[in-house]
Amino acid sequence: MLYVELFLQGLIQGSIYALVAVGLTLVYGLLRILHIAHAGLFTLGGYIGVLVTDATGSLALALLVAAVTVGLLGMALYRVCYEPILNKPPFVALIASIGLFIAMEEIYRIVFGPYGLSYQAPPLQDSVVLWGMHLTQAELAVMGGGVVVIAVLALLAEKTRAGTAWKATVTDPQMAQSFGIDTVRVRYLNFFIGSALAACAGVMVALMNNLVEPTMGSVPSYKALAIIVLGGLGDVRGTLIAALALGVIEAFGTIYLGDLMDRDAIAFAFLIVVLMIRPQGLLGRKA
Amino acid sequence: MLDAYHISLLTVMGISVTFALSLNLITGFCGQISLGHAAFLGIGAYGAALLSKAGLPVPLGLAAGALLAGAIGAVVGLTSLRVRHDFLAITTMGVGFLFLGIVRQQDALGGEMGVSGFPGTGLDKEGFMVLVLAVAAATAAFSLYLKKSWLGFAFDAVAEDEDTARLLGVDVARFKLAAFAMGCAIAGLAGGLYAHNVRFIDPDSFGFVESITVLSMVVIGGIGSVWGVIVAAAGLSVLPLWIQFIEDYKLLIYGGLLFAVMRFSPGGLAGAVAAVARRGRTEP
Repeated sequence: MLYVELFLQGLIQGSIYALVAVGLTLVYGLLRILHIAHAGLFTLGGYIGVLVTDATGSLALALLVAAVTVGLLGMALYRVCYEPILNKPPFVALIASIGLFIAMEEIYRIVFGPYGLSYQAPPLQDSVVLWGMHLTQAELAVMGGGVVVIAVLALLAEKTRAGTAWKATVTDPQMAQSFGIDTVRVRYLNFFIGSALAACAGVMVALMNNLVEPTMGSVPSYKALAIIVLGGLGDVRGTLIAALALGVIEAFGTIYLGDLMDRDAIAFAFLIVVLMIRPQGLLGRKA
Repeated sequence: MLDAYHISLLTVMGISVTFALSLNLITGFCGQISLGHAAFLGIGAYGAALLSKAGLPVPLGLAAGALLAGAIGAVVGLTSLRVRHDFLAITTMGVGFLFLGIVRQQDALGGEMGVSGFPGTGLDKEGFMVLVLAVAAATAAFSLYLKKSWLGFAFDAVAEDEDTARLLGVDVARFKLAAFAMGCAIAGLAGGLYAHNVRFIDPDSFGFVESITVLSMVVIGGIGSVWGVIVAAAGLSVLPLWIQFIEDYKLLIYGGLLFAVMRFSPGGLAGAVAAVARRGRTEP
């Protein structure tokens, strides 16, 4: 019983990690940038979710507004912040991104206050009994939604022209361009989708915890980095598997290794062990 | 003479300069990025504090803390032989979180409560400041010497293009480990001084934000530039103390500066100065 419960809790947490990490891995696959400020967009999604839900009473509308606004902001971020430094050494973009993320958290703190916001009447809080366990609808929605969204994304990448253009651009930008693919548009689309997903994750996490705080992006952001590295940077399927695996490992780890180290440390200990054995990531191919 | 306020200001400055220069050895000279350097500040601080609490003389405690940090640094450096660039950044970040996560759960290390009540150095505030500044000056002199030495050239080769360096017969692995060991040992020494300055340490003092802060000092100063890093570390460490109202916006300013420097002048202060100097020379 305990095992099933831990496993489900791990999957829920893993689904959230997956939603955040997929955007990150999309960006890395295309531009080789570790886009830490991504987690800032996740937090912004949470804030927009709470504000719109409280104003209109509709969670669906909140998800839509958050996804579109944050998606557009993600595109702007690429244009203003990343495009000019793409040709610099990799640490330049990494450090710029960390700076951006810290500044974003501080802006949220100054604008929305340090203590966070809660939903006035949080939707989807009714509990559902599953295999004798009580889960809230919000938790189920996160778990189901995360997997569905990522599966749809993978399908789109396989079946549509935009998906083909995206894969071509990831594989060889110059070749893609000479075949008439508008690689700049692919990048914008990439940032839009990744950021919109992060915003949705932000709304759902805000719902599960019934709280958005300026720093709610920190832990998911560092974890998401660990996850995309584990998944073999830039690999969507690997990211999904790594995210769910990490969620489950953390859930079990806190029980069995809790005396030795805390939850975050377990995630990174796992990361370091895997990287030392397989430097290319869990599923990554040898470079 | 200096008043108490300026003495504490200079002490903080000296510790920051030492700490930033220690990261500059690893990231600047040898080109190995670290996002978890505060862990080594922490190892040195915990080592010095706990050993002096156990009755060891303070100088021995400081030295032992530095040695411990250097030894663990060399072990962490082993990861840089396995992964590079972005992967190394994430791995070292993980090391930082691992350090925090382990210290938090160990009652022997003070857990969440931290360590306090360890014996002091026996020096007065002014004497301690002189000690800290002497250590900072020695670290700066060592950095400048290293930069010109054959070891410095070897680091340079590894930083510039490690595959080519390996091809030319440079023992890349040994130099990387040497850089990690030296840099982390100096960070550990800075940590010991930090512990004796504040007289209280807890896990939160050595978190990710501190790792980023020290990285921002190195980056804003100009990666690899000794003078640039000294100026940036001295400036950024006292900025919040100096102008009180900044304290509340400290992180916003750090974050903004870090981004702006990378976006507009990736060479940092040193790079900007060099660019201005070049422009001055080329004008008729």
